[in-house]
Amino acid sequence: MATNLKKTDVVVIGLGAVGGVAVLPLARAGCEVIGLEAGTWLDTKDFAADEISNNFRGWPKSVQKANREIPTHRANEKAPYSPRFPLHPMMNAVGGTSLHYWAQSWRLNPWDFKVVSETTKRYGASRIPKGSTVEDWPFGLEELESYYDKVEYEVGVSGKAGNINGSIDPAGNIFEGSRKREFPMPPLRGTEFTERMGAVARKLGWAPFPGPAAINSQVYDDRPGCVYHGYCNRGGCHINAKNSTTVSTIPRAQKTGRLKVVDQAHVIRIEVDERTARTTGVTYLKGGVEYFQPADVVLLGSYTYENVRLLLMSKSKAFPNGLANNNGQVGRHYMTHNTGSVLTALFPYDINAWYGMPAQGVAVDNYADDNFDHSKLDFIGGGNMWVYSDRRPIVAASMSTFGKAPTWGAGWKSFIRQNADRWNLAYMQKTTLPYEDNYLDLDPTVKDPLGNPVTRITADFKDNEKRVGAYMQDRMTQWFNEAGAIAVERGPAGTMGPSTHAYGGTRMGDNKATNVVNRWGFAHEVPNLGIIGASVMGTSGSHNPTLTAQALAWRTAEYLSKSWKSMV
Amino acid sequence: MFSQQNNSRRKALKNVAAIGVAASLPAGAIKPAAAADAAPARTTPQTLSAAEAATLDAICGRLIPSDDGTPGAKEARAADYIDRSLAGYLAGLRKAYAAGLAAVDVYAKSSKGTLFTALSPADQDAILAAMQKNSATGFTPNSAAFFNMVWGHTLQGTFCDPAYGGNAKFVGWDMISYPGIRMAVAPEEQRMSVKPKPQRQSAYRDATLSKGGAHGH
Ligand SMILES: Cc1cc2nc3c(=O)[nH]c(=O)nc-3n(C[C@H](O)[C@H](O)[C@H](O)COP(=O)(O)OP(=O)(O)OC[C@H]3O[C@@H](n4cnc5c(N)ncnc54)[C@H](O)[C@@H]3O)c2cc1C
Repeated sequence: MATNLKKTDVVVIGLGAVGGVAVLPLARAGCEVIGLEAGTWLDTKDFAADEISNNFRGWPKSVQKANREIPTHRANEKAPYSPRFPLHPMMNAVGGTSLHYWAQSWRLNPWDFKVVSETTKRYGASRIPKGSTVEDWPFGLEELESYYDKVEYEVGVSGKAGNINGSIDPAGNIFEGSRKREFPMPPLRGTEFTERMGAVARKLGWAPFPGPAAINSQVYDDRPGCVYHGYCNRGGCHINAKNSTTVSTIPRAQKTGRLKVVDQAHVIRIEVDERTARTTGVTYLKGGVEYFQPADVVLLGSYTYENVRLLLMSKSKAFPNGLANNNGQVGRHYMTHNTGSVLTALFPYDINAWYGMPAQGVAVDNYADDNFDHSKLDFIGGGNMWVYSDRRPIVAASMSTFGKAPTWGAGWKSFIRQNADRWNLAYMQKTTLPYEDNYLDLDPTVKDPLGNPVTRITADFKDNEKRVGAYMQDRMTQWFNEAGAIAVERGPAGTMGPSTHAYGGTRMGDNKATNVVNRWGFAHEVPNLGIIGASVMGTSGSHNPTLTAQALAWRTAEYLSKSWKSMV
Repeated sequence: MFSQQNNSRRKALKNVAAIGVAASLPAGAIKPAAAADAAPARTTPQTLSAAEAATLDAICGRLIPSDDGTPGAKEARAADYIDRSLAGYLAGLRKAYAAGLAAVDVYAKSSKGTLFTALSPADQDAILAAMQKNSATGFTPNSAAFFNMVWGHTLQGTFCDPAYGGNAKFVGWDMISYPGIRMAVAPEEQRMSVKPKPQRQSAYRDATLSKGGAHGH
């Protein structure tokens, strides 16, 4: 039925933030790689400074695959479905969501790799929240350091180091794990408001620093520095100063002559040889035609929800419950980053946040991860506090009136004329842990247009996450108040529905009874199937996931190329 | 309370001018433009009927009014934005608009004796308030859902890129002193005391910047 294509060494499913990185070490090592990407190529002219298209319509000009398979959500097995999200947060294009993401480019904190052992050591085993399935990662930050470094230099990250080989520099993040060298570019510039917030943080005895961003602060790799016009919050960069994989690692891999990109290729199944239980390649649809692409190795990098869905849909005699799922671990240990519980402040002065973007800001990590003493607290973990410069007209006018004015009409208008540029929303990224009853599976009734089930999320934030949220809102209130805020408003914890930071589902670990992939990212049950993306991460930490997922993807790809003979 | 804030803001702006920073005041702050001056003629609706469009326009005009002498949602042509979007990206909501706008008039007649457009501004406000509070009858699923939908689209239509048919003459951007789209932003333009000079231009003004017009109409 499907047209058989010529066999290749490696097929990568999805050329987004992680797939787009994995192709480079492979192509450089001499592997023939085919990248199957559901979206199309987009370029600078697709990225108009248009708030409606970026922030309200999910880029209608791009391929809408994700929007046709938005996961469903319920808080637990007995709860009714939550209202369906109108838009999927992620993007279909060559480069994936790295085109329109905010590009904050963080390393994790050393603690995030050792939550169980460090918590036990410092506070006792009873402090691991009940029902949590958290495990230590199979390795520590030191193992990932060189891969973080490679990605920072290949993709291009701006920032200021706070710890080079153990030597602490208070201009950077003093809590970060040791790194071997400085960032490839200095940090993005601050604004007067972020500088003021930095000074206020210092007054509070905290250690503020500029956050790292995969955005050029100066010319890098022949691409220009950022011009700070904004509109890259869910928008692409019109001058290629944002370092999506589309402009960095993917073209570099293509130049080797060993990466073939097939766009508008929608993978529907990963195939297996029933006798050997190894994957043989993938089946995809392009232009309504079905193709079979044979490969020695398959790397799955289609983002958490689709990684899990493709595995669960790829049933066979050898894997009746879905590929690599004979231990029932696919979909388990799901987390969405605890980024709700935001805090919004109203100031008595104009901030001038009309320009800039979410990655242009000031961070405080004093209350992130285990950077502070939890002996007297009733939770573990913490959050990164982040104040940034980002405002566009529709969202500015959609501000809260803080109970000080009506929500429409003449009184509202008078209020927003005064205050549209006087508010700031801080979102704190907070520790999230996996739990027994938070998981992904296939929805029994809701289907995509091809008739395949969409992913179903069954998950809710637990006490530990809610306590971290409330604690961080208190810290953020302190920060805003010290800066002169005249009102603050606390946001709700929110739900664990479709998220931009979705982790787990194919967790990495040595124990195959509780993890889908081994320490190198290859499925315990299917040795020539690699899985890349935040779906392999077992903890979230207090920082965005992408750089970590990219470092892990590089590591998986490098391992593959180095162990080719024993793996194939 | 608001007049007080206005005073301190004026003072702040004066200080800015006094220290010689290039300040450009929002248009309305210097010379309250008569709302009527700023209002472009209503265009022929592309999706809604003339009667539906008139009701919607009147609603928008109360949600963001021009009573203070500065342009509001009517002058921004928010209803044109909604009308055009209903032919494209928002086509799935065409029926909800037809039903909701019809319900507004039925409710206006039963509670105030005449069509929404014929009511005084105060009566129109009372009807909108009842809809928001979900106490207005005759709406499916309920009046608050319709109110919230129209309110969200009125915000979009008032503050969007004018390529979408709303924010006519940039009155929405001027209302909140948004200095507009600039393709490069200097460090000074991110200082708190600086009011960058308003750039009244669409992202789609120039074919070298983008492929065609705003998508999804
Ligand atoms: C608005 C926004 C802001 C964000 N900001 C940040 C930030 O500041 N810092 C940060 O670290 N992270 C951020 N993120 C998260 C970040 O985008 C993700 O972590 C990252 O993109 C995940 O990489 P990925 O390759 O797994 O998924 P993606 O980048 O989404 O790529 C997946 C690719 O797979 C393709 N694909 C999917 N299914 C198939 C299929 N069946 N067949 C073929 N191809 C398929 C998709 O088309 C897509 O191109 C943000 C996300 C959003 C939406």
